[in-house]
Amino acid sequence: MGSLDAFRALVRRDLLLALRRRADVLTTLVFFVIVVSLFPLGVGPEMETLRQIAPGVVWVAALLASMLALGRLFSADYADGTLEQMLLAPQPLGLLVAAKVAAHWLVSGLPLVFIAPVLGLQYDLPWDALGVLMASLLVGTPVLGLIGAVGAALTLGLRGGGVLVSLLVLPLYIPVLIFGAGAVDAAAAGTGAAAHLSLLGAFLVVSLFFAPWAAALGLRISLE
Amino acid sequence: MLEAVNLECVRGERRLFRGVGFELAEGTLLEVVGPNGSGKTSLLRMVCGLLAPAAGEILWRGEPIRAAAEEFRGQLAYLGHLNGIKDDLTGVENLVFSETMAGGGATPRAARDALARLGLAGFEDLPTRVLSQGQKRRVALARLAFRERCRLWVLDEPFVALDAAAVRLVADLIANQADSGGIVLLTTHQEVDVPVRTRRTLRLGAA
Amino acid sequence: MPKLNWFYFAAPNTFYPLAGKMVPWFAVAAAVFAAIGLYIGFFVAPTDFQQGEGYRIIFVHVPAAWMSMFLYVVMAFWAAVGLAFNTRLSSMMAQAIAPTGALMTFLALWTGSLWGKPMWGTWWVWDARLTSELILLFLYIGFMALQASIDDPRRADRAGAVLAIVGVINVPIIYFSVQWWNTLHQGASVSLTRSPSMATTMLWGMLVMALAAWMYSIAVVLVRVRAIILERERNADWVRDLKAKGATK
Repeated sequence: MGSLDAFRALVRRDLLLALRRRADVLTTLVFFVIVVSLFPLGVGPEMETLRQIAPGVVWVAALLASMLALGRLFSADYADGTLEQMLLAPQPLGLLVAAKVAAHWLVSGLPLVFIAPVLGLQYDLPWDALGVLMASLLVGTPVLGLIGAVGAALTLGLRGGGVLVSLLVLPLYIPVLIFGAGAVDAAAAGTGAAAHLSLLGAFLVVSLFFAPWAAALGLRISLE
Repeated sequence: MLEAVNLECVRGERRLFRGVGFELAEGTLLEVVGPNGSGKTSLLRMVCGLLAPAAGEILWRGEPIRAAAEEFRGQLAYLGHLNGIKDDLTGVENLVFSETMAGGGATPRAARDALARLGLAGFEDLPTRVLSQGQKRRVALARLAFRERCRLWVLDEPFVALDAAAVRLVADLIANQADSGGIVLLTTHQEVDVPVRTRRTLRLGAA
Repeated sequence: MPKLNWFYFAAPNTFYPLAGKMVPWFAVAAAVFAAIGLYIGFFVAPTDFQQGEGYRIIFVHVPAAWMSMFLYVVMAFWAAVGLAFNTRLSSMMAQAIAPTGALMTFLALWTGSLWGKPMWGTWWVWDARLTSELILLFLYIGFMALQASIDDPRRADRAGAVLAIVGVINVPIIYFSVQWWNTLHQGASVSLTRSPSMATTMLWGMLVMALAAWMYSIAVVLVRVRAIILERERNADWVRDLKAKGATK
């Protein structure tokens, strides 16, 4: 099928581009690590406190990191005209947006999932909470990417787009933050994180359904 | 057949044109001329469906282009001011990708041939970042070699940054497409003789 | 009376004078309702046996909170209509509603905080409703910031509409999440508006104040939409005529 070929080609192209610009990818990850590591310096090294705030800290840092990465989602394609060509391709634009978000997540979201347990250890999280932290990030970060895509599409090419996108997107991230951090909290408290994780999963399904469409609409508006 | 009915274009505060219409049969080259800022690019973007006209309608084979948008886009090849190529990809990678997007597909071998025909032999496997402006434009134009099936070409300043030899090549490519039944819309500030059988001119900003 | 043709008034140049005629009526109604409501609130309603006189701020707080949420939905509705049917006036309505909605949200937060100080001894509690209001304020600010940073009004309208629609889908999810979050962290949970038995006069006072908030919002939005119409259509012939006549009505 042509559309699936296009989807695959776009994912492959974006991964290839990321591979050729590795520094860009690493900045998101390093940012995430630095933000999480700053908190003990601000709050103090009290292990009891750190263990308590760990889920929230890691998740807020993940929110900020994925928001920062949004700047790269469409802007390069916008600047060199490939985005314009995508809008004119005989493919459903929502599908192409989904491909871009998927590639973007593989590059900027998935690394957070794998580095998070190390950061959790800094905060002395118990083992099963570490697993839940990874699981919640695994399900939650794609939602952040999808919602963020809408904001990135709407602010494309605007002055101060980077700050603006955070204004638009961060309030919409709140449910993911609540249930992501809540899952880890619940696991640490031993009450089971299944409910939180399945709600995160529901958010993922809903945003998979709506966000590419809304972002595609946003792109068409921004490129007029 | 491409029809434009009573188009009006407003950008921000300014009305660029109104009451623009044309009817193009298969095999026609339409050259859109006018001074800077008269709305040539906007008109071409309207024809592609990128820009919604403030009033009026564009019909492709009797249907509004927004009605069957994906089918219409399958018939369309657009070259804008921006080349639409990735600096970090090679010429071949760029072509193979853009043709997969366009639904036709291109093998690396065919891409290599197309680039060679536009005088880029030996440059196919370099990241386009290192190419000159004219060479980048040629990579973008190489797409047209795969788009003969597209019955509507919309080319915004295709000759920009090209040398005389490349201009000749591209002019022939365009003429060939029009003469074999395609419709070509074109803007250019250069005096280029496109050897085509049916040519029409639309003047913007004259009134 | 001839049948009202709504589409006739959907054009900015016909809506402009109509809105001008409606503004004084709504403004007067707002003043009258506010006077009655405040009278009930301050003099008729009894002193609450638990909360003393401080509770009387609910006569501003609750209507403001109602309006803040309601206006967001109305704003999103007009924005969506503007996006779907390309009607300029609807988008202008959405743009005109946003600042009033933000004001109501801010009022709700401010009065909530004023109420909190004597009740719980802190200016801010992470109560589910207050938190939701705060997020709502962020959503309003986002909408206005996005529109303000886009120069082309058409793009501003359409981009704002997409954001408002995404926001409106999100508001229930956010509200629900905050509720959940609040019940999980029992410590700070104090509900603002749940008083055990609300006297009938209190309810009446609140309803009249809500009406006042309604009338005020409509009047202000109409004034603002008139300003937006003038600004956007300043090059249209009918605005030029208006200017030539020196009329503002």
